[in-house]
Amino acid sequence: MAQVVSMPKLGFDMAEGTLVRWVASEGENISKGAVLAEIETDKATVEVESTYSGVLLRQLVQQGAVVPINDPIAVIGESGEEVNIEALLGKPAVGEKTTTVEKPVEGEEVQAVSASSSLASETPTDMQGSLHASPLARSMAAELEIDLRMVRGTGPAGRITKKDIESYQAKAPKPVISKTPRVVPVLPVAPSKGFIHETRRVPLPKLRAAIGRRMTESMQQAPHFYVTHEYDVGALVDRRKEINTLLSEDDKLSVNDFIVRAVALTLLEFPNLNASLDLKNNALIYHGEINIGVAVAVENGLLTVVNRNTDQKTIHQISSELKIKVNRAREGKVHPEDIEGSTFTVSNMGMYDVDQFTAIINPPEAAILAVGSAQQVPIVTNGEIMIGTRLKATLSVDHRISDGVEGARFLQALAKFIEEPLRLLI
Amino acid sequence: MPRITMREAISQALWEEMERDTKVFIMGEEVGLWGGSYAVTKGFYDHFGADRVKDTPISEATIVGAAIGAALTGLRPVAEIMTINFAFSAFEHIVNQAAKLHYMFAGQMVLPLVIRTVSGGGRQLAATHSQSPDVVFAHFPGLKVVAPGTPEDAKGLLKSAIRSNDPILFIESATLYQSRGEVTEGENLIPIGKSKIQRLGKDVTVVSYSKMLETSMKAADQLAQEGIDIEIVDLRTLRPLDMEPVLESFKKTNRAVIVEEGWRSYGVGAEVSARIYEEAFDYVDAPIQRVAQKEVPLPYNRNLEQLALPQVEDVVKAVKEVL
Repeated sequence: MAQVVSMPKLGFDMAEGTLVRWVASEGENISKGAVLAEIETDKATVEVESTYSGVLLRQLVQQGAVVPINDPIAVIGESGEEVNIEALLGKPAVGEKTTTVEKPVEGEEVQAVSASSSLASETPTDMQGSLHASPLARSMAAELEIDLRMVRGTGPAGRITKKDIESYQAKAPKPVISKTPRVVPVLPVAPSKGFIHETRRVPLPKLRAAIGRRMTESMQQAPHFYVTHEYDVGALVDRRKEINTLLSEDDKLSVNDFIVRAVALTLLEFPNLNASLDLKNNALIYHGEINIGVAVAVENGLLTVVNRNTDQKTIHQISSELKIKVNRAREGKVHPEDIEGSTFTVSNMGMYDVDQFTAIINPPEAAILAVGSAQQVPIVTNGEIMIGTRLKATLSVDHRISDGVEGARFLQALAKFIEEPLRLLI
Repeated sequence: MPRITMREAISQALWEEMERDTKVFIMGEEVGLWGGSYAVTKGFYDHFGADRVKDTPISEATIVGAAIGAALTGLRPVAEIMTINFAFSAFEHIVNQAAKLHYMFAGQMVLPLVIRTVSGGGRQLAATHSQSPDVVFAHFPGLKVVAPGTPEDAKGLLKSAIRSNDPILFIESATLYQSRGEVTEGENLIPIGKSKIQRLGKDVTVVSYSKMLETSMKAADQLAQEGIDIEIVDLRTLRPLDMEPVLESFKKTNRAVIVEEGWRSYGVGAEVSARIYEEAFDYVDAPIQRVAQKEVPLPYNRNLEQLALPQVEDVVKAVKEVL
């Protein structure tokens, strides 16, 4: 029997995806798990695997089409199978202008009850897809945001059980592993070398567009104010050097790892800066977790990878977890949970010789810390000029949530951890 | 810890409590001179005397009625009904008087009454003497129903029952008297109304009590050889029913089998599975299975009797069914 494959939901806020390329063509034999198509979301390009084995009978959408999640994209069945697409989908296929349901003639309200019941039996509805799944499988699917229609049941009479959800999750659509930047046709490859002396017009990459939307929204809606503080990082730099002699090459800690932990510990004292505004309900949400986002430059833009419960982790833990996620982000293999749920963001441009800069708040967060480079500078102590190591950081704060003094006090409190880095090791 | 039989454990509990408190006394058919139909009270008559070990006429209504009266005056009777099948003759006294006096008279009196009785089949005593109507009594609020499955629990629970001020039906299993188990030496009171995990496992939760605990334990050994690891929760008390360990275990395994010796309809399995569905619906991964007696009057014929009673193989099969 023919089966429908739908647009998967690959992240909490994914509402639609662009089907950028069909990998399998109509009439092709497909086994369960084989790649059907490539889909681009706001955040990444991923492969969609077939949830069934059979022949790809029908591609329901064109390449380049934007498809809402859970809308059907393909039909898989047996070779030569006659498929009534409309009956299968319970509605006209996407892009086909067929009307099946006739409106009941007006003025016949007396017949309403029987008319509606007969209509119901003639019009295929969602009922045809009534699912056979255990209550546990249903609650797990809801929590993991898995569409049960994508899961094959292996229990008695095809019931979907815990086991099926677990094995489905293990094989969930994986991000494209692009060895060479095999970027899909609609995406222009940013010229890495050389300048092209020719004016061109290219579609805005999805990620670029998403960043644009969010940053515009942030700047327009959140009144930003900025506070800058200069930190003595001499001790931190020394301490880091000392620790790194004990660690293997790919395990070494960065200055940023120290700062991320320092920020998390400081936030414990400033719940207001670990909050979000719920404008609709005139409420403030104080987050129960301190999840530090770290801005990472990727092709065509930037992503914020998230370290969860940072206040409860050692620098080494933070460092190794971030490394894994940063690498995934840079390789375009980011998992949805890598980039979801941050409550405060740190943007560090220290490696680009930046004195200081200001960052735009990553909504709906309350603040973002922009970190510059650690630099050797002349400092005056007791009338003498000495060489010191300093680092400037600028906090951008949403004025709807907090005020200047709190921002300044936050930066002051942060000094305690940055300037006495032993506190970070406790 | 010494390994003693269920019979010895119950006997020790009675003996110790009678030594401890002179208000405690025993009454029932053949409990005195004969030493009890199951030899639980052997030696009691000689030691404690006829005043505290009373032989009664063959009239269950008299035994329970007299025990209720004695309890109301402040004594602590342990009445013995030879088998639970005979308790029907005293049903009015048990469920309408004992279970309700405290309530009907606004708490003016307490009823420190224990009724010991014997339930279960498997000894070719035929249909009227082999029943397991435990749930019939557990249906009534006001009466506590205790049914231990190990010597340790039998001793600790019986001692708690004798010291309790509530009327308690203490159900022993006809075929467990010879079974042995380790029993803590000295005073070890086990609270009434607490289920217990008797075997840890991870794949399926098996809920049982009394004789069927033993059956489930045997099934567990058999299943373990096939790599199936079941967790066994022993209810120990049917009323009040402690679901907490059951739910905790179920939330871990998501699968359950309930094993009881009585009939399936309206039984322990019905009650426990309903509560799981009510309180842990989102954890259910397979329909819960019930193992129980076939719905017939228990046959006298040995082979037929065994076919009608739940066996180890039935438990093994049910566990595989939910996996």
